[in-house]
Amino acid sequence: MNRDKRIRVLVAKPGLDGHDRGAKVIARALRDSGMEVIYTGIRQTPEQIVDAALQEDVDTILLSILSGAHGFLFPRIMELLKEKGLGDILVLGGGIIPEDDVPELKKLGISEIFGPGMSSQTLINYIRENLSQG
Amino acid sequence: MEEDIEKIQEETKRWDKDCLGKHTFRKRETDWGLEIKPLYTVDDTKDINYLKEIGFPGEYPFTRAPHPSMYLGKLWTMRQYSGYGTADETNKRYKYLLEQGQTGLSVAFDLPTQIGYDSDHPLSQGEVGKVGVAVDSLADMETIFNGLPLDKLSTSMTINAPAAILLAMYLAVAEKQGIGPEKLNGTIQNDILKEYTVRGTYIFPVGPSLRLITDIFEYCSKYVPKWNTINIAGYHMREAGATAVQEIAFTFADAIEYVNAGIKAGLRVDDFAPRISWIFNTHNNFFEEIAKYRAARRLWAKIMKERFGASDPRSWMFRFHTQTAGSALTAQQPLNNVVRVAFQTLAAILGGAQSLASCSFDEALALPTEESVRLSLRTQQIIAHEIGVTDTVDPMGGSFYIESLTKKMEEKITDYIKRIDELGGAAAAIEKGYIQQEIQESAYRYQKEVESGGKVVVGMNSYQVEEPLPKGLLKVDTEVGAIQIKKLKELKTARDNQKVQSTLLALRKTAEGYANLMPPIIEAVKAYATLGETCDVLREVFGEYEGTSVI
Repeated sequence: MNRDKRIRVLVAKPGLDGHDRGAKVIARALRDSGMEVIYTGIRQTPEQIVDAALQEDVDTILLSILSGAHGFLFPRIMELLKEKGLGDILVLGGGIIPEDDVPELKKLGISEIFGPGMSSQTLINYIRENLSQG
Repeated sequence: MEEDIEKIQEETKRWDKDCLGKHTFRKRETDWGLEIKPLYTVDDTKDINYLKEIGFPGEYPFTRAPHPSMYLGKLWTMRQYSGYGTADETNKRYKYLLEQGQTGLSVAFDLPTQIGYDSDHPLSQGEVGKVGVAVDSLADMETIFNGLPLDKLSTSMTINAPAAILLAMYLAVAEKQGIGPEKLNGTIQNDILKEYTVRGTYIFPVGPSLRLITDIFEYCSKYVPKWNTINIAGYHMREAGATAVQEIAFTFADAIEYVNAGIKAGLRVDDFAPRISWIFNTHNNFFEEIAKYRAARRLWAKIMKERFGASDPRSWMFRFHTQTAGSALTAQQPLNNVVRVAFQTLAAILGGAQSLASCSFDEALALPTEESVRLSLRTQQIIAHEIGVTDTVDPMGGSFYIESLTKKMEEKITDYIKRIDELGGAAAAIEKGYIQQEIQESAYRYQKEVESGGKVVVGMNSYQVEEPLPKGLLKVDTEVGAIQIKKLKELKTARDNQKVQSTLLALRKTAEGYANLMPPIIEAVKAYATLGETCDVLREVFGEYEGTSVI
């Protein structure tokens, strides 16, 4: 990708979960690192998230969820992204997601799942490295 | 003592210079910016008037305790927050916890229930039974409390936007058990303002939400007199990143808004203020947490007496439930959480809690298992019975540090409340985004300190080890959604649908007017109208709250 272009990130909260401390802290940290960050706010449907990704022309989507509904919501989001021709967006997940569920989510095309205790620098590095390869 | 103060001041200066001065160390500060002195002496508490500011347990201003004999007379209620999956599974977990010596219930509802959607609503997909138990109708509530005598238990329900409906269901379950509402003990959270700021399970706009709350105040003051009609919550603000001072300040600002709403609705303050209860978050900083609760008791008493002119001592009394801090748990080396929870539980007791839930060590990873929740209940029981901290009232009172910190926290909280008053009260401050912004700033500052290593989190940013993946975590059955949908279908064929329609119509008429909403809600619930159907009627009349988010 063009090195001069700022990385555009959508931080999204799918489902009914209202816990967005982590999403907001991550959004601030990514913005402070020089990325353009759009935060969807809480209680977003998969359709709303994919529409926002399309309209905002983002390079990466970070899905944050703590309610345990990722098993339904993440596949739906990935399916809609493919339908809209947005399959090349780097999609990452975070929140409370059991390790047992990670392999299935990765098969859907989600690149990585980050758990509690991850530093924002780890995420920033991950995004930069994976987008520059793409 | 007074004649010695000058001498003590001189001696402190000498010690500071000649003795302490020879040692080097990093200065300590609270999260809210107070520099903590290396040593506190009588000089730090000399301006605190004992009789006026500290006083005696059970008497104004209640700094030491709300009740005269405290844990000597009655231990706190051990009330673990629980509920998941179906009503059946939750009923089993409650019976298990009561067998293990738990003394009260605390119901966790799933997110669709909290937001007023039935399990078959499109937005409920994937969420049914996940973070709590799914309740679609009175039938589910009957199952949850099956075999549990409601006149012998106290039940707390973490329910906010649809609190009136769940309370109505509880009253209906009691009636079926042959128990009158006047005998019921318990609490509904019913605190909508913090849903707008940090927790997110709102449904209706501010005005109708406050009406639902004051209708509950009024109804319960007449018919359910022992029920705590609101449980004003600082817990979730703290989880979202607020400091201890912000936690109390923003919660009191919300409380002031509710009391004003009650008065505006024509109620007498002493008719509903004694039924106000609280939930706070007991976090890691041991002495700060103890001082926080002492400051809150004193300040709430002053607010009720001086600001609102309440004259019933029960209106002045700050009685609280607390849960240890979920956000202080680490996913790394989860057994370390056993220790964190024990210290936080101890701080809650030294702070004078009336009711307590201790987190389980595996909760950074999943809902707790039977074993992990039993261990946290045992933690409370060990503190209650083995280590002597319940043998006298407010054993920390009189500590130079604790009394000084109590005073400083009271001052800082008061400053914040003044600022929110200037903004037009809590609802206006929330609309302007002020409270959300303050909490976010604290959360971000905390995260930066953790990431820079300035704040040590054992096992997470320090003392790490390579660990195997955690085993034996609780998994909620993925079939819960399907089970609930099937039960809903059966319910809708079995019930008297005409009666459902007529009770919902009566509710709509009341919602469009000004009368109390509780009676028609109770009728609808008893006819087995679903939670979603009942909320939909109110949505159509009241509209829905539109959330906004700024980063």
